[in-house]
Amino acid sequence: MSLFLVNVLLALAWSAVTGVFSFGNLAFGFVLAMGVLSLIREQVGSVGYFSRTRRVVSLALLFIYELILSAWRVAILVLSPRMDLKPGIFAYPLKVDRDFEITLLANMITLTPGTLSVDVSDDRRILFVHAIDASTPDQTRRDIAEGFERKIMEAFR
Amino acid sequence: MTIALTLLSAAFVLIGALFALVASIGLLRLPDLYSRMHAASKAGTVGSGLLLIALAIHAGEAGVMARALAGVIFFLLTAPISAHLLAKAAYAVGYRLGPTAVRDEMASTVEEQTSGSI
Repeated sequence: MSLFLVNVLLALAWSAVTGVFSFGNLAFGFVLAMGVLSLIREQVGSVGYFSRTRRVVSLALLFIYELILSAWRVAILVLSPRMDLKPGIFAYPLKVDRDFEITLLANMITLTPGTLSVDVSDDRRILFVHAIDASTPDQTRRDIAEGFERKIMEAFR
Repeated sequence: MTIALTLLSAAFVLIGALFALVASIGLLRLPDLYSRMHAASKAGTVGSGLLLIALAIHAGEAGVMARALAGVIFFLLTAPISAHLLAKAAYAVGYRLGPTAVRDEMASTVEEQTSGSI
């Protein structure tokens, strides 16, 4: 996280030196600072910073892809003349345990195809998820565990 | 270039409006509150997000773009939370799943909790 701060400071320095504090110039400075940091990554110990950035970006891309897919699936479902629904609530045992990670996972589950998080148990070990198609809960559980939960753990641990 | 951008933002407006329409049809057609939240949270978020992105493309101005993108991010953050809260509140006051439901693994846990607290 401190390297992220260094990165931001370098971007500010770039803007100060060039004298232009526009959004585009700040973003360019950020990318430039990232390049500089990647040149000296062995010396400042920022190897982890870059692989983490890559994992956060890959999590964000996966999320956007799943969001578009899920809106599309809802559209198909809603517009089909005969809605064949098997809704239900199933319990999902959580592996992540920090508040921040649970919130992120619950939000992502809500915005992905066919699932909606309803509640977290008091001991924070079980997430209750409502699914449009709850006929194969084991399959859905495996998808969440190997998709978002694994990616969240990779990105933030 | 300008024509391409205009066409692109027009396409985003159309697609976004279609998703908003689908979300509202879903609210009418789906059987119970929980299924309806699926339509409202997903198609609704994507619909309004696309409209905001169309605005960002059309304005072509850094300030407007930044605000539109911030709007998209806040939508992504808040829509699932309100869906989650509505579903949780509905469950807490005893609104159960519709007749087509195939399973409800939450029922046993909630009964245990309420009987324990009394």
